[in-house]
Amino acid sequence: MPSEKKLMRGSDTLAEAAVRAGCRFFSGYPITPQNELPEYLSWRLPQAGGTFIQAESELSAINMVLGAAATGARALTSSSSPGVSLKQEGISYLAGQELPAVVANMMRGGPGLGNIAASAADYFQATRGGGHGDYRTPVLAPAGCQELAELTFLAFDLADKYRTPVMLLGDGLIGQVMEPVVFPDPIDPADLPPKDYILDGCAGRAPRAIFSMLLGQQGELYKHNLHLQEKYEQITADEQRWEENLTEDADIIAVAYGTASRIAMSAVEELRAEGVKAGLFRPITLWPYPKQALRKLAQGGVKVAVFELSAGQMVEDVMLSVGERAEIHFYGIPGGVIPTPADVIDFLRSALKGDGKVGRRVEI
Amino acid sequence: MSAPAAEKIFGRPESLKDVATHYCPGCGHSVAHRLVAECLDEMGLREKTIGVPPVGCAVLAYNYFNFDMVEAPHGRALAVATGIKRVRPDSFVLTYQGDGDLAAIGTAETIHAANRGELISCIFINNAIYGMTGGQMAPTTIIGEVTTTTPGGREAKAHGSPIDISRMLAVCEGAVYIERCTLNSFKGIKQAKKAIRKCFQVQVDGLGFGLVELLSPCPTNMKMSPKQAWQWIDNQMMKTYPLGLIKDTTGYEDK
Amino acid sequence: MLVRTQFAGFGGQGVLLMGYVLSNGAMLKGLNVTFFPSYGAEMRGGTANCMVTLSDKKIASPVGSQADILVAMNGPSLDKFEPTVAKGGLIVLNQSLIKWGPKRQDVEVFSVPLVDLAREAGSERAANMVMIGAVCAKRDLLPLEDVVKGMQAAMKGKDKFFALNTKGIQRGFTFAQTGK
Repeated sequence: MPSEKKLMRGSDTLAEAAVRAGCRFFSGYPITPQNELPEYLSWRLPQAGGTFIQAESELSAINMVLGAAATGARALTSSSSPGVSLKQEGISYLAGQELPAVVANMMRGGPGLGNIAASAADYFQATRGGGHGDYRTPVLAPAGCQELAELTFLAFDLADKYRTPVMLLGDGLIGQVMEPVVFPDPIDPADLPPKDYILDGCAGRAPRAIFSMLLGQQGELYKHNLHLQEKYEQITADEQRWEENLTEDADIIAVAYGTASRIAMSAVEELRAEGVKAGLFRPITLWPYPKQALRKLAQGGVKVAVFELSAGQMVEDVMLSVGERAEIHFYGIPGGVIPTPADVIDFLRSALKGDGKVGRRVEI
Repeated sequence: MSAPAAEKIFGRPESLKDVATHYCPGCGHSVAHRLVAECLDEMGLREKTIGVPPVGCAVLAYNYFNFDMVEAPHGRALAVATGIKRVRPDSFVLTYQGDGDLAAIGTAETIHAANRGELISCIFINNAIYGMTGGQMAPTTIIGEVTTTTPGGREAKAHGSPIDISRMLAVCEGAVYIERCTLNSFKGIKQAKKAIRKCFQVQVDGLGFGLVELLSPCPTNMKMSPKQAWQWIDNQMMKTYPLGLIKDTTGYEDK
Repeated sequence: MLVRTQFAGFGGQGVLLMGYVLSNGAMLKGLNVTFFPSYGAEMRGGTANCMVTLSDKKIASPVGSQADILVAMNGPSLDKFEPTVAKGGLIVLNQSLIKWGPKRQDVEVFSVPLVDLAREAGSERAANMVMIGAVCAKRDLLPLEDVVKGMQAAMKGKDKFFALNTKGIQRGFTFAQTGK
């Protein structure tokens, strides 16, 4: 049975959704703005028969998750930007060892210690692999609490399906905002498909080893990398997700994800009320990026206006998607300041006029 | 009269695969592997064992041990092991780590796993040098010891003093059994096996964190013959790392 | 309809709880709602604020360019948020603490003698409940019974406060409706 509708904070939503998605292991280290998530799981996981550990560091936390994943558990760790930087080593190992796990990043302003306000400056880190080696992680970008609940389920499913770490990329606002949520049916971990690679003791079978080091002279690492790349191609082909709002007749299409997309949508609604034909393209998977879907919209003289809570990161994927098929404009708010719909309205107007007053035209 | 049936009195433990290792002649790892394997066999633990090797010379231990294993990033073995043990409390979980892994890059993971009293058995190979990377200073390198990054010998002022992680861990409430043994003599090896068995028993009995430190020869990187490397442990290394029981709050009667 | 209400004050005044009560009441009534609190270091030093957005349609941004209603529980909050109120918007003041009014001439101002009303309701501790009642009544955000339901949902498990809080909410409604 889906849950009753409940007003919930984003961080709590992610935590509750994880438990309902069958997650039974969490390890993390406190960092603002996502502390409510481990706090919630510290009582909720034991209640569900799972394990919560406050680790001594993010390094330790991600590696506890690695151990839990190696034994077959659905495992989660969460942090915010500086902490996720520390987790990159473990994420690279998870990718190389092909172990499933979910990593949540409630982004804050950077670089360095930055500040704790909502920011989205970890896009490159999240979508380009983040750690060392040739790998990618699917990245899901929720724009609100209900979607966060649903994408948390999806994150665990994708992780298991492709044996890969999956990232839930939110920000301080998504983590702190409260909205009504209805949770999907809970999953009993016992009902999940069995995994034939996990470690549970070798009784009745040959011992298994999970590792990413391939020293062989016959191109073992090369072959492993080709295998990983095939997997990433499969994910790219099958797992792109996005949402289009009022794009059919639009003269200008805002492109934004997460919190920025919510702000942009308010701007689009206000402009529509004034008769301006504005629309919104919202990627839900940041990797794989919904390139073809965006490319299809970039025709007939439409302008593409990228709005980010960063100095310009996703705009590079937009450039790769749109190419020279449409004018691309960019407006970014870096450094942990939350903009308002009015800021985006000014940007979209300016982009339509092409006066360069707010934001800038991006040259390919 | 029929001939008496042959009785097997020595052989390869089931917990060791029938393969040649890559370890150098005179290296302590081969001996340590065998001791771990013998103890697991004798205690009937092989089929429920999940092991975590280090990054270091024993990084390929999963090729030699005949039970489930998962690789950990450098230093993180006890974090990985924590995740395993908490999800599968009925499994027998051991880490096998070198000095760099356990006492340098993984110091935090080591101390906190011990402090939490994780039900994990840790085999700590201390050879006072970095083997796999070619003989650089280890956290346990002793004063005066020449390595490729302490060409004039380790000096306390410039490089810090050798760290005695086993004694540091003894301060942790959750660590119930810590003993230092050596692999450079028959007598030492016999005692080491006894200690490893006890360490494993600690986990089986659910008492807390257990660790056995094994002083181990590295003739290749010390640029010595195996015999010289053994002597060096006796004459030099044991001055910094004296053998013996470091902590025992097990309540076992053999103490 | 889309209404954004900014609540602001200092820690201990129950500022976030006011927003949380309104959000719960609105949700139970079937409205869409977002509640965005200040958090972390922003709150060190004792200030607290939150923005509650109510709508009968899907809510795009949980943060607005402007607030339709500002509930200022102390002077510094009025100073800080007065410029963010929409033209023609409403500023509700905690008259017991704020001795000067807003400088703006293009907004409606509604002063509530919170401490006096809360005492009448039974305790000064119900001041934030008086305020949320007064705000909801003044702008017809929610009927009385939905605010009470919202309070009960927001304070689930703390039943011993329900009676006092309900009186506080009622007192706020009466004041907004009758001026006394």
